[in-house]
Amino acid sequence: MADPRARRSPLAGWAPQLQALNGAIRAQELPFLTQLNLRLDSGGPAADPVAKVLGVSLPTVPCTSVGSGVYEVLWLGPDEWLILAPAGSAPELMIALREAIGSEHAAVTDVSAQRTTVQLSGPGARELLAKGCAIDLHPAASPEGSCVQTLLAQTGIIIVVRDGTATDFLLLVRSSFAEYFAAWLVDASVELTEPA
Amino acid sequence: MQLIRCPWCGSREEVEFHYGGQAHVSYPENPAELSDAEWARYVFFRANPRGPLAERWVHAAGCRRWFNAVRDTSTHELLAVYRIGEPQPEVAR
Repeated sequence: MADPRARRSPLAGWAPQLQALNGAIRAQELPFLTQLNLRLDSGGPAADPVAKVLGVSLPTVPCTSVGSGVYEVLWLGPDEWLILAPAGSAPELMIALREAIGSEHAAVTDVSAQRTTVQLSGPGARELLAKGCAIDLHPAASPEGSCVQTLLAQTGIIIVVRDGTATDFLLLVRSSFAEYFAAWLVDASVELTEPA
Repeated sequence: MQLIRCPWCGSREEVEFHYGGQAHVSYPENPAELSDAEWARYVFFRANPRGPLAERWVHAAGCRRWFNAVRDTSTHELLAVYRIGEPQPEVAR
C-alpha cells in the first residue's frame, strides 16, 4: 500500500496519460518546483540586492521572464514576480532573499503548492494551445522569454515561452485545476498525436 | 469578443477582465463631519450617463492590476484606457 504520508504532486495520477502522448506533443509534469512570489518596487533600494541573489535583474517589461540557469523569474505585475527554483530550495532561497531585502518594503512568499508546472513541447505544442487560448504564441508575436498570464480552456494559466520556435512551453496551472487541465490537454491533443 | 487593452499586458479578450464601478469617486476628506445624506451620496450615488463614463476595471485573469477606462455605456465600447493615478483622457464622443 502506498505511504499515505508520501508527497503526491497534483498530476501524479495523470503521468501515464501524459506520457502516452507521442508524436507532435510531449507533456510532462515538473512536480514540486519551488515557487516564490516576490513583491517589491523595481525602482526601490531592494531591487539590486535581490537581483544579486537571483543572478539576474528582475524583468520590468510586462509579460516577460528571464532565466539565470538556476532560477527563472517571471513578470506577474509591475511590482510582482514569480521565482521558479529547483524543488526543495525554498528555505535557503527565502532566507537569502529576505536578507537581501533587509528592512526595505518588500515581501517574499512561498507559493510552491499554489501551482504545478507542466512542460509542453513538440512541433504541435503551439497548435494545441491555440485550441484553448487566444494569445498569439507565434514566435513573431511571442518570442523566447514571453510569459503570459491568461485563460486556457477557461482555467487561469501562466504560459512561459522557452524557445524561439514555439515548440517548448512551461505551463503553470493552479493545483486544484491541474486535473481538469490535464484532461483537457489529453483530449485536445488527440488529433495531433499518433495513435499508439 | 471585444478586446480590452490592459495598460500593462496589452490587448486581451474581454472575459479576462472584471468591471469595478465608477472611477474617481474619492473617499471623503473629513469623514467624521459628513451628514447622513452626504454619506449616502458618497456610498450609493453614481453617475449613470448614456455615453462615456470613467470606470474602474481589473485584469482579473492576467496581471490582476486595476486600471481606469472610459466606456461608452450605450455601445459598450472602451474609448480610452489609463493607469491608476493618470488623469482622465479626453475622448471624442
